[in-house]
Amino acid sequence: MSLLSLLAALDDGSTSARAATENALDRAARHADLNALITIAADAARAAGDAADAERARGARGALLGVPFAHKDVFCTRDILSTAGSKMLANFVPPYSATIHDKLQAAGAVLIGKANMDEFAMGSSNEHSHFGAVRNPWDRSRVPGGSSGGSAALVAARVVPFATASDTGGSIRQPAALCGVTGIKPTYGRVSRYGMIAYASSLDQAGVIATSAHDAAIALNVIAGFDPRDPTSVDAPPIDIDGALAMSLAGLRIGRPRQWCGAGIDAGVANAIDAALAVYAAHGARIVDVDLPSSEHAIAAYYVIAPAEASSNLARFDGVRYGHRCANPKDLADLYTRSREEGFGHEVQKRILTGTYVLSAGYYDAYYHRALKVRRLIAEDFARVFNDVDVIAGPTSPSVAFKLGEKLADPVAMYLADINTVSVNLAGLPALSIPCGFSDGLPVGLQLCAPWWQESRLIGAAHAFQQVTDWHRAVPGGAA
Amino acid sequence: MLATIGLEVHVQLQTHSKIFSGAATAYGAEPNAQACAVDLGMPGTLPVMNAEAVRLAIRLGLALGSTIAPRSVFARKNYFYPDLPKGYQISQFEAPILIGGGVDIRVGDTEKRIALTRAHLEEDAGKSVHDAFHRDSGIDLNRAGTPLLEIVSEPVIESATEAVAYLKALHTLVRWLGVSDGNMQEGSFRCDANVSVRRPGESLGTRAEIKNVNSFRFVEKAIDYEIERQIRLIESGGKVVQETRLYDAQRDETRSMRGKESAHDYRYFPDPDLPPLVLDAALIAAERDALPELPDARRQRYQSALGLTAYDATQLTQDRALSEAFEAVIAASGAPAKLCANWVLSEWQGALNAANLSIEQSPLSAARLGGLVARVHDGSLSSKMAKQAFEAMFAGTESADDVIARLGLKQVSDSGALGAHVDAVISEHPAQVAQFRAGNEKLLAFFVGQIMKRTQGQANPAQVTVLLRERLQ
Repeated sequence: MSLLSLLAALDDGSTSARAATENALDRAARHADLNALITIAADAARAAGDAADAERARGARGALLGVPFAHKDVFCTRDILSTAGSKMLANFVPPYSATIHDKLQAAGAVLIGKANMDEFAMGSSNEHSHFGAVRNPWDRSRVPGGSSGGSAALVAARVVPFATASDTGGSIRQPAALCGVTGIKPTYGRVSRYGMIAYASSLDQAGVIATSAHDAAIALNVIAGFDPRDPTSVDAPPIDIDGALAMSLAGLRIGRPRQWCGAGIDAGVANAIDAALAVYAAHGARIVDVDLPSSEHAIAAYYVIAPAEASSNLARFDGVRYGHRCANPKDLADLYTRSREEGFGHEVQKRILTGTYVLSAGYYDAYYHRALKVRRLIAEDFARVFNDVDVIAGPTSPSVAFKLGEKLADPVAMYLADINTVSVNLAGLPALSIPCGFSDGLPVGLQLCAPWWQESRLIGAAHAFQQVTDWHRAVPGGAA
Repeated sequence: MLATIGLEVHVQLQTHSKIFSGAATAYGAEPNAQACAVDLGMPGTLPVMNAEAVRLAIRLGLALGSTIAPRSVFARKNYFYPDLPKGYQISQFEAPILIGGGVDIRVGDTEKRIALTRAHLEEDAGKSVHDAFHRDSGIDLNRAGTPLLEIVSEPVIESATEAVAYLKALHTLVRWLGVSDGNMQEGSFRCDANVSVRRPGESLGTRAEIKNVNSFRFVEKAIDYEIERQIRLIESGGKVVQETRLYDAQRDETRSMRGKESAHDYRYFPDPDLPPLVLDAALIAAERDALPELPDARRQRYQSALGLTAYDATQLTQDRALSEAFEAVIAASGAPAKLCANWVLSEWQGALNAANLSIEQSPLSAARLGGLVARVHDGSLSSKMAKQAFEAMFAGTESADDVIARLGLKQVSDSGALGAHVDAVISEHPAQVAQFRAGNEKLLAFFVGQIMKRTQGQANPAQVTVLLRERLQ
């Protein structure tokens, strides 16, 4: 059931929050083989469901009162295990909650559990989790994408109507594409990062995955807003949902970057994207080819900046105050070395090493400083293109969901899975991915990107598409 | 050989809460009682700039004549240490909040301006506790996140004496402005000294850094020791190595601190959690308007407008509360500044020092002292009586006039009343009168003493002297 129809059913009394909660817990159990949840908070969820029903009985109507959801396990939840998919935090129960959790609680949403993810949000396949890989509900031999693979799989399997997620280089949009659901990464600063376990602070942004743009907008408006605890958050006006729903495609200028549709794109993906753009054109949008010349350097810049920040952000996991600590350290250096060696997986260690290297004296200018220049050029490319078009569109991912293990041995191939998404993070822009067709029976995602703070336009363009297509209603065969 | 010294002073800013969190900064709490999730570097927590710390830095910058950077940038200084919770210290690196400026010092009759390179905001680390547990070390994070302003001088200081003069002037200034409590025992004002020596005409020598010397006296001794050590080393054919040294006050020597600091690559980069600190011109203007008269200006005014000696003016402007008390005594007494300065600096300061009290803790207020000084000025009290009254007032709560009445301390200046005593003493001591008249001037003191005795000290000695001379001539 979509978020909207569940809210309608709760409002007219045809279902209860407790029933919705039980349903979500049932479906979670039935889809346990997806390995999409690290923690299931069944008792707390039932209590929250009952509390929501009691509130509703008193006439209360919170924006998400009684709606079950899952958090990506990157968000700290007070008194509930919060692991970031890492052995390092396999025992970490925070005494505080992320701001977005506080907001969701205030809106009455019911937390079912914590979704599996690539360790510390580093990965594009959800295979880099201490808690095991997540499987794609469309084909259990395939990856769901990452790093928010658990969140995307849960929504695709209709376990919950929406899930929170985070996106540093594509971690919301790419799994949303590979799982056939709608995922939105807002403008950097729209959603507080407080309590979201950091990967790369200047790129990390929280967002949501849902089954439609309309549902995503409702959930996003709940978690968004300035937070005095996050100085990089911004007091931006909320998404104008009514305005977005009424938006017409007539005259909408859609830019199709040549660099997003190049050689590395699978034919089946390219066909689905062409067909989707044809739908837009048929409804009055104007498709124009545009250039983002600097985006060819986006992956390189990203894999300097993100690891640099990560190497520093993850220094706090030292075995001293919380998290994994090695047994019987013989001295301080041993405590640090073994705690971190044992607590972090290989991908995380690799990025910490890369980041440490690029920030080192003698290499800083050649790598980090240069990457910042590329980042500025990428942002300028987008700004220039947005002088002429309203949104930019292209494939979210160059391929559909790949096989588990297929790209593990080839990190560069894995990194290229984010080739169309990372430049958006480097520029801080809002973007979403919506299902737009299938290739070999697997979902294809269309990425739409808008100028800063223009989430309303994105939601409008996506919603209009979902009014005239059914891709977002397709449910994986095994999701019954 | 010439010595060159540059000083780095860490001033703890006097804020209620930490530089990037809401936890309290008060000194002396139970270990880890004043460390919140942000101070502990818990996952997902974020720093939020304390606006008061910024205002204090601006205030000091204005007083130092520094350029207040309209945009400064926080950076991360990365290193692992158990009392550094995040694995990095948030500091400012390439773009500090204050640039340039200087501190005027005087050594003897020479005046000199010590130029500053920069001053930057940063957070303090926690504290490792090595003596509380058997075999294990403890970590106290109460101090983690305490706001610091690190003030870096140019290497233009040429002696330990100048270094101390600089530190004292800076110490006075930060306390004067309410920027820091300056408490050196509690670590609110800490100093690292970079010391090098060279032969005249040569360029700067290799420097050694002396860490964390926490009293003016020790700074002086540590620098003197280090200069001498380096000179001996060079003259005996050795080479100074760039290193960090610790001053051992008990042995009065500096010792090499091996390992920790050497060859560290801090991998500084801009902190992505904190936007650049952009300062509004209005905020700077508001701080400028609120700036009090500064110690140097006040010292000059005391000399030029109030006619105080350089020494008194300097003493009175070492501490803002003292200086303000002095002005309150002038206002309350209507007496000349010089007389007020004497009372404040000798009697009042003496009594406070003896009782180990600060001026703020004084049981005697400036207004009450002013009442006493007024009675000295109008001649009602001799200085001896006044000291007696002062003691009673310092111990109690009475006004000067109440104490004078209670103790019967009234100086007699009336020539009629005094004349009778003068006449009596002259007639009682004919032999001495003869000697005086024969030219033994010293006997004048004898006659004054006799009259003071007869009047139980209440006679105004100046008046008595005048009357004696009249009648003995």
